[in-house]
Amino acid sequence: MADFDTPEIREFPVIPTIMEGAMSHSSPFIAGEEFQSDMGFPSAENVGDLIDGWKEKFLELMQDKLSKYRSLQVFMDTCVKCGACTDKCHYFLGTTDPKNMPVARQDLLRKVYRRYFTFAGKYFPKLVGAIDLTEDVIKQMYDYYHQCSECRRCAVFCPFGIDTAEVTMAARDMLAQIGYGQKYSNQIIPKIYKIGNNLGLPQPALADTLEGLEEEVEDDFNVKVRYPLDEKGADILLVTPSADFFAEPHVDGLIGYGKVFHEAGVSWTLSSKASEAANFGLFIGSYEHMREISLRIREAAKELGVKRIVFGECGHAWRVAYNHLNTLAGPWDFLDQNYPIPQHILEFTKDCLDRGILNIDKTENDHMTVTFHDSCNIARASRIGSEPGSQFTTPREVIKAVCNNFEDMAPETIHDATFCCGGGGGLLTDDLMELRVKGALPRMTALKHSIEDKGVTHMAAICAICKSQFTKVLPYYGMTMDQIVSVHQLVSNALILTGQGEEADESEDEAA
Amino acid sequence: MTALSILYVILFYVAMITLVVGVVNKILQYIRVPAPLKIAVTPAPITKTGVVYRFFTEIVLFNSLFRATKWTWIFGWMFHLSLLLAFFRHLRYAVSPDFILWPLINLEVVQSFGKYAGFAMVIGLLGLFGRRIFVDRVRYISSPSDYLMLILLAAIAGSGLMMSFVNHIDIVQLKAFILGLFFFDWQNLPTDITLLIHLTLVLTLMMVFPISKLLHAPGLFFAPTRYQIDNPREQRHLSPWGAELEAKDGRNS
Ligand code: SF4
Ligand code: SF4
Repeated sequence: MADFDTPEIREFPVIPTIMEGAMSHSSPFIAGEEFQSDMGFPSAENVGDLIDGWKEKFLELMQDKLSKYRSLQVFMDTCVKCGACTDKCHYFLGTTDPKNMPVARQDLLRKVYRRYFTFAGKYFPKLVGAIDLTEDVIKQMYDYYHQCSECRRCAVFCPFGIDTAEVTMAARDMLAQIGYGQKYSNQIIPKIYKIGNNLGLPQPALADTLEGLEEEVEDDFNVKVRYPLDEKGADILLVTPSADFFAEPHVDGLIGYGKVFHEAGVSWTLSSKASEAANFGLFIGSYEHMREISLRIREAAKELGVKRIVFGECGHAWRVAYNHLNTLAGPWDFLDQNYPIPQHILEFTKDCLDRGILNIDKTENDHMTVTFHDSCNIARASRIGSEPGSQFTTPREVIKAVCNNFEDMAPETIHDATFCCGGGGGLLTDDLMELRVKGALPRMTALKHSIEDKGVTHMAAICAICKSQFTKVLPYYGMTMDQIVSVHQLVSNALILTGQGEEADESEDEAA
Repeated sequence: MTALSILYVILFYVAMITLVVGVVNKILQYIRVPAPLKIAVTPAPITKTGVVYRFFTEIVLFNSLFRATKWTWIFGWMFHLSLLLAFFRHLRYAVSPDFILWPLINLEVVQSFGKYAGFAMVIGLLGLFGRRIFVDRVRYISSPSDYLMLILLAAIAGSGLMMSFVNHIDIVQLKAFILGLFFFDWQNLPTDITLLIHLTLVLTLMMVFPISKLLHAPGLFFAPTRYQIDNPREQRHLSPWGAELEAKDGRNS
């Protein structure tokens, strides 16, 4: 599997020459019957085959999507092939495969759209590049719609706002419904329904982990900070990605949230039913699954009787929470309307910092020079604060409030032009390792340059997928996995708890 | 009336109807199909005025394209601006002097800008054509229709320039013909070959408009990524089919 070369980091990023078929071998495992049926998707007798009548079914599904999603209908028509997006995708830049250019990725579906749904494509297919729907075309769609992390960088630069992610989502959903579901996502989602989170951590295991965290914090700081689970009557329900419960550096972020809540003096709880912020329904393009996953949060909030909902550090989860939670699981009339619903943990922390209720010792982070990775879903599909663009300023202001040394990466790689980590959108699986490593090239290039030019030592992120992905790919590029940190880990480092014994905090905790 | 004039009268109406019916149809389709989710690409405006401003920067300045690639921006912007100027100049042939905007249309600047815009248009189109041929990425995504569209537009501009600068045509008669079309009082068309070519190409353009990528003009206004207001937490967004789903299982109450 791992039989590929890590791309070379160059002094100046260059737009590569296209190499046809460079990634045609990259294809994630197809979901077997057991996973497909859990999701309500059909499967053929053998994995890798299409269901009977797939062609009619696919065209029927396409008609349905076109009549339900304005985005898809409009995007299929408006592309003028100007090429503005062709060099904007990290997967193209990292793999040089022309089918990874956003417009070419859209074209996999657009060519079929033109053939079956437009006058020009029906009567003059050659002229407008329309093609028949064949098994080979479906196969290509499966491969290349799983080489898109739905990061929307292309949409920023397209003169018509064409968002390839919308096309990818529609395509993945249609593929799943003719037997070509992706194993990784379809294996994970049912765990949410059955157990409550992507990792399949049952309630007792969660309780155990949280108790462990309480002990750890008490050992370190001599202060009892609580990490409550399923506590009825708490004010705040914290919904956080399940990776926060044990993965590094995620868990240091979770410790941080707890410490901030503790100092703010609010009552809060996690929920075992909604012990997952991630919503892979977004990735597979299924409104129904995205809604089902969102509704757990509504149920948990009602059962626990909370007044507010706060989300932990996760990119796509925040996109769904910020944009869609109201649509899918609202209305939220039973929550306290004085706070944003839902609220991002950084909004909460920023507010505490602004009010001066946190005792911060910035020098605790003096061993680092930190940069910030804007996660794509947060940068291009949300806000963290009340102003447009606060998704860029809030995290940076929080970091600067707890760290003395902060440096941004190159301007063309941050804010809404940020590059995806390479593992988002349902691609964070080992069977796509080559894609993940190559797709990380633009971000790794920017990071490497800021290390060399500005003395950056660590990169902070606010997304569980980004953190996991970077831990994996940093070593491929000659950096180390502990260079990626959680933003709330930095907050945690600098936050002096009330009553924290002076002599008790001698532990030299480097980001382990 | 000459047979040729009759033919062009018919062609003109056919093209006009195809264009209007086709584009209106498409627009109605775009209106009919709902946008079930908030998908504004952020940072996005949080007010209606903000959205108007966003569109202003996109339509007048091609803001996103400018950020994306300077060459395509220069050629693309040049072409579209020239198109606009040429359009204003052409109003002279389609509007009678008692029309209230006539003094404006007849201004020397409008007329001469429009005249020279033809050159800028050709340069813009050549630039875009060159990019399509020489940049491997753009070549890869181009279909025959993409080249043909540029050729068609260049031929329109070229034949127009010919009439402006080389062989002048009977403008008075042309204007009578055009106004006649509007008032159903048909007149003869001057039989100049350059003019006939020019008109035929324009009519072709009108007819392919609703079935081609020229739909980007109306489509631009219907991209939820651009027109949506960024207020999902403040205002609940629900599509008719989303509401149906909810009503069915009652889980949102
Ligand atoms: S959404 Fe992101 S990953 Fe997908 S094509 Fe666009 S730039 Fe590439
Ligand atoms: S930038 Fe937009 S219009 Fe241009 S080729 Fe890409 S998707 Fe098409």
